[in-house]
Amino acid sequence: MRYENLLDSLGHTPLVGLPRLSPSDDVRLWAKLEDRNPTGSVKDRAAFFMVAQAEKEGLLSPGATIIEPTSGNTGISLAMVAKLRGYRLIVVMPENTSEERRQLLRMYGAEIIGSPAAGGSNEAVRVAKRIAAEHPDWVMLYQYGNEANARAHYETTGPEILTDLPEITHFVAGLGTTGTLMGAGRYLREHKPGVKIVAAEPRYGELVYGLRNVDEGFVPELYDPSVLTTRFSVSSADALRRTRELIAAEGIFAGISAGAALHAGLAMAAKAVNDEEPADIVVLIADGGWKYLSTGAYDGTLDEAEARLEGQLWA
Amino acid sequence: MAIEVRIPTILRTYTDGAKQVEGDGSTLGELLIDLDRKHGGLRERLVDDGGLRRFVNVYLNDEDVRFLAGLDTPVKDGDTVTVLPAVAGGGI
Repeated sequence: MRYENLLDSLGHTPLVGLPRLSPSDDVRLWAKLEDRNPTGSVKDRAAFFMVAQAEKEGLLSPGATIIEPTSGNTGISLAMVAKLRGYRLIVVMPENTSEERRQLLRMYGAEIIGSPAAGGSNEAVRVAKRIAAEHPDWVMLYQYGNEANARAHYETTGPEILTDLPEITHFVAGLGTTGTLMGAGRYLREHKPGVKIVAAEPRYGELVYGLRNVDEGFVPELYDPSVLTTRFSVSSADALRRTRELIAAEGIFAGISAGAALHAGLAMAAKAVNDEEPADIVVLIADGGWKYLSTGAYDGTLDEAEARLEGQLWA
Repeated sequence: MAIEVRIPTILRTYTDGAKQVEGDGSTLGELLIDLDRKHGGLRERLVDDGGLRRFVNVYLNDEDVRFLAGLDTPVKDGDTVTVLPAVAGGGI
C-alpha cells in the first residue's frame, strides 16, 4: 500500500479473527488492530481530525501552540500531527504514566507539564484548562468535548468495521474520552439495527479516584449513554489477564486497555453462547504493548504485575 | 451470605474506614436503604431525588447499573456491588 505521506496512511487497520479465543464457530471474536496506525494507537484518528477541524475553523495558524490534557497516546498522536503541520505542542500529563510515553513525546518535540498523580486524568484536565485560560492565544483541542474526536470514528473506524464485517453483532471498546464508542457506535447503530455497543471502562487503583468529594467527578462532554448498550468496569487484574491471553492464544501483543476490552468482549461472547445466539464481536485493540513494558505488566506472575500496576494509569 | 459493597476512599468516612461492607435487599435501592441504617449518611451521597447522583457510578458484578435497571436493579446474595466516583478516562 502506497501513501504520499504518513498522515495519509491513517486508519484502514486490519480486522483479524481470534479463532482460539472465540467460544464456537457461531460466536466469534474479532480484533480491530489500531496499533497499526502511524504512531501506534487509535488516537491518531482523533488527533488528525481535531487538528484538521481547528485548521478549517481558522484557529491554528503556522507556529501556533496547542495544549492538551492527555495520559499519553493522544499526546503522542498530536505530537506527530503537530510536528508535520508546524505547531508547538504542550501536553499536560499525570505523573503516574509510563516513561515510554514521556520519551516518545519528548522525541517528537512536545513539551510536558506534569499534573499530580492523585486524581489521574481529572487533574490533568483541570491543570490544562487553567493554563489555557492564562494563554488565550493557545489552542486547547480538548479531546473530551471535541466533536471531531467522535466524528473521526463516525467517518473512519465505524465504516471500516462494517465494510469488513457486515454481520457484526457487538462492538466493544475502551471508554476514556468516549470518542471511539460514541463515533463508531453511532455509525454502527445507524447502519446495523440491533448492533450492541459495549464499553469497557478501566478500574484503577484507589489513588486515581482520590477526589475530595463525589461532586468533583468528571463525565466527558462527548458522552451520550444512549449510544451504549451496556458498560463494564474492568479491574487491572482482569485487564492484565486478558492482555496476556491475547499474546498466548492469538499472538497479539497489545496494550492493557485492549485486555479490558477483550474481557468485556468475552463476557458478551459467553452470554451469546448461553442464549444460543450467533455473534460476531469486534474488540478494539487501542494500542500495542510496547509503551507499557516499563510498567512490568508483561513480566513475572499476574499478581506481581498487578501489584506493579497499582496506581498507574494504564489506559 | 449477603451482598458485598465496595466503598471508594472518599466515602469511607461513612463506613468507619471500611473498604467493603455488607447489606441486604432485593433491589439496589433496598440495599442502599439497608446500608444507610448501619452507615448513616452514605445513601445521601449516592442518591438524590430517587436517582443516582451524576458523578457516582455503581456497578453490579462489574456492570454499570444505569444500563440495568438503576436503583430497581435486582440484587441477590453473593453479588458484588462496586461504588466509584466518575473520573476522566485515561483519554489514552
